Formats: sequence, structure tokens, C-alpha cells
Amino acid sequence: MQEFPGILAEGRLWQIVALSLEVSLTAVVLAAAAGLPLGAAIAVGRFPGRHALIVLLNALMGLPPVVVGLTVYLLLSRAGPLGSLGLLFTPGAMVLAQTILILPIIAALSRQAVEDAWREYEEQLRSLGVHGMTAALTVLWDIRFSLLTTLLAGLGRAAAEVGAVMIVGGNIDGVTRVMTTALALETSKGDLPLALGLGVVLIAIVLVLNAAAFLVKEAAQRRYG
Amino acid sequence: MILPLELEDLSYVVNGRTLVGPVSLRVESGPSTIVLGANGAGKSVLMRLMHGLLNPSSGTVKWKGGDAGRKQAMVFQRPVMLRRSALANVTYALEVAGVKDAHSMAMEALEEVGLARLAQRPARVLSGGEQQRLALARAWALHPDVLFLDEPTANLDPGATREIEAIIRAFDAAGTKIVMSTHNLGQALRLGDEVIYLHQGRVVERSPAEQFFKSPATAEAAAFVKGELPWV
Repeated sequence: MQEFPGILAEGRLWQIVALSLEVSLTAVVLAAAAGLPLGAAIAVGRFPGRHALIVLLNALMGLPPVVVGLTVYLLLSRAGPLGSLGLLFTPGAMVLAQTILILPIIAALSRQAVEDAWREYEEQLRSLGVHGMTAALTVLWDIRFSLLTTLLAGLGRAAAEVGAVMIVGGNIDGVTRVMTTALALETSKGDLPLALGLGVVLIAIVLVLNAAAFLVKEAAQRRYG
Repeated sequence: MILPLELEDLSYVVNGRTLVGPVSLRVESGPSTIVLGANGAGKSVLMRLMHGLLNPSSGTVKWKGGDAGRKQAMVFQRPVMLRRSALANVTYALEVAGVKDAHSMAMEALEEVGLARLAQRPARVLSGGEQQRLALARAWALHPDVLFLDEPTANLDPGATREIEAIIRAFDAAGTKIVMSTHNLGQALRLGDEVIYLHQGRVVERSPAEQFFKSPATAEAAAFVKGELPWV
């Protein structure tokens, strides 16, 4: 128990918390920027191979973080195709890995949400002469409050995973150490009270973010119907 | 003017069941046309075929004035409003049509249906009658030659229905051709100049409204008028 106050006093715990949030939130923003339009396009579009793509996307939701970590590691390692970027063992590499990890989650869930809504909107939008990507983005924007849950699913996955950030970040103290990798380290060192403390903080942060999102969604739905 | 609209041997078949057809029909500009019939007679399908939302299984839909595109609009039984303000719902429709001065045209359309003071209100929290008026404004903002209305008052109370009918009459007077489906005979009498009576997907009678109600020419239409208005 003696180390716990120590980590707090030096502000290191907050540094770790801040890096966790920074990495995972950035990954959510990037994955959303690509995944939401992708999901909407697949929901509204009709093209050969669409069903196969939906199945693939749904399957990729279960992508193991260690596999993503290993793949990104190989890409970013010095001999790899992106080795010259020098990203390995930096927060940038962790963002990249988590973005790849949660992109299928956000794309697959938003695809389902837009497709369900599309049943209601299709006739009206076609009647107004709206087609293709314009229609997809219109529906996406219209169900924006429901999509908060999709983003939270992505954030939850990113904040909770340890395999990918461990491999591509390396859990370097003060550089790439985040909540989950710190927790894994303290557990293996046998400092269970500290590990438990970190776990409680991690869960509390996720809880606060979800509560905030819930309140935003409720207020918005009351206002816009 | 894109009218007249010519339907030739039009039919719409789903899983071997003929929902509409064969129908051959010429819709002229001018007096309003009411598509009348019982539930399941094929009114909505026929309206969607004319509007272009459904592709016919056989036969053709031809606008004499060439590509109809934005020159025709439709209002549905259940309007679908976007999650934004009433005004933004109308400007959206204008902007996707490539209109430059969308804002002032949208305000004009809202004034036309008496919703100007609710312009900034989120569309989805408006009442059913207000939403349907908004749908009329959105459809009418581009001043189409033809306005299809698919049972626009089926879900509304009598007060809201009267308001909608007044707006439809105003559009009619402004020169827009009204093609409206309904199963409400009173409404057909109030708004219709001519009646097209559908029975099991076919046009069995077409006549001026007064004549249709006074002395329907076919047994099916007579039974429908009698059943709907047993006190006449």
C-alpha cells in the first residue's frame, strides 16, 4: 500500500491517466471520422459483395488486440514498410493500433443503426431526390445522438484493451505507460493493492465518460425529439 | 409544364400478386384528381408508380414534358421529418435541389402553410398536424407542377384535417396540379374535381366528382359510396 500514495504524490498516476485518455480518445475520433461514413455508406448503398462486407465487418469487431498490436508492430518496426516514421514505442503507434482495433466496431454498429433508420427515411429522401452519399450522411447526422452509444462502445474497447498498446507502446515509464499496461505490470510485480487501485480509477473514468454521454443524449433527444 | 402524365398498361406485381394493373391513364393539368378506393385497392402503389418511387413491373410512366425530376413532389401519409428545425427541413430540400436562395424561399413556404412563427422549432417535436403542414411546405417550396398527396390527413384529427385541406386548396388555386389519394369520401367531395376509383388494383371508374357521388356508373363504386355514406 505504501507505493500508492507515492505514485499519486509525484503526479505520475495522473500522467498515466491523461495519456490513457489522450490515446483512446484520439483513436475514437479517428476511427469515427472513417468508420461512421463507411458504415453509413454500406447501410445505404447497394453493390456486389455488400453482404460479405457486412459479415466481415461484424467479424472484425472481435479482432484480438494482440493480433492488431503485432500487425502494427510489424508495420512500424525498423525493417517494416512504415519503419521510417519512427513511430514504434510512441503514443502515436498506440493511437494507430487502437484506431485499427475499434474502426470495425464503429463502422459495424453505425452500419446497423443507419440501416434501421433508412427504412424510415428512404422514401422521403428519394422523393426529395437525395441519393447515395448525400442520403447516407443525412441519415447519419439525423441519428447523431443514437450514435453516441456506438462511439462509447469504441471508447470502451480502446480504454480497456492492453494487448495492442503493450506491444506497440512497450509500457515505457513516463512515455507510453497507460492505465491498462500499468495495471498489468503492477499485477505481475505482485503489487495487488496498487493494481486494484488503478483498476478502480480506470472504471471510474469510463463511468464518468458514459454518464456525461448519457446526459448529453437525453438532453438532445428532449430538445430535438 | 411537365403534364400530361401518360400511364400505359402499367402494372406492379410482387411475388406473383398483382397490386396494381393493368392501368392506362392520362393525367391532365388543371382540375384536381382524387384517387379513391378501399384499403388495399392499390392507391398508394399507384401514387408511388406515378411519382417514380416504384418501378413498374410492366408498362410505362411517361411525362409529356420530359424529365419530371423536381417538377413533381409527394407528401406521404406519415411525414418523415429530419432532426433539425422546421425551417432547416425546408431549406434542406431546396439545397439538395440546388436552389441558391434557399432561406427566403423556405420562409415563404412556411408562411404559406402558417408555420412561420414555428420556423426555429425542432421539426420532430411539432404536432402531427403541424408536421404534415411542414411536409406540405417542404414539398411545395420548389413550386412543383404536380403535387402527389398520399392520404395526407389519414392520421389527423378533424381540426388539423381542415387546415391541411385549406392549404391544398390554396396550392390548387396557385396552379399546382393536385393528385390526392384518400378513402375519405367527404374529403374527396370537398377537394376533388374528378375521381379515379380503384378497385383491386384497377381503375374501374373515372368521372367528375359530383357525378361520381350522385350516380356511380359501376357496381363496385356504387357499393363503396353507399357503404361509406350509408345516410345518403
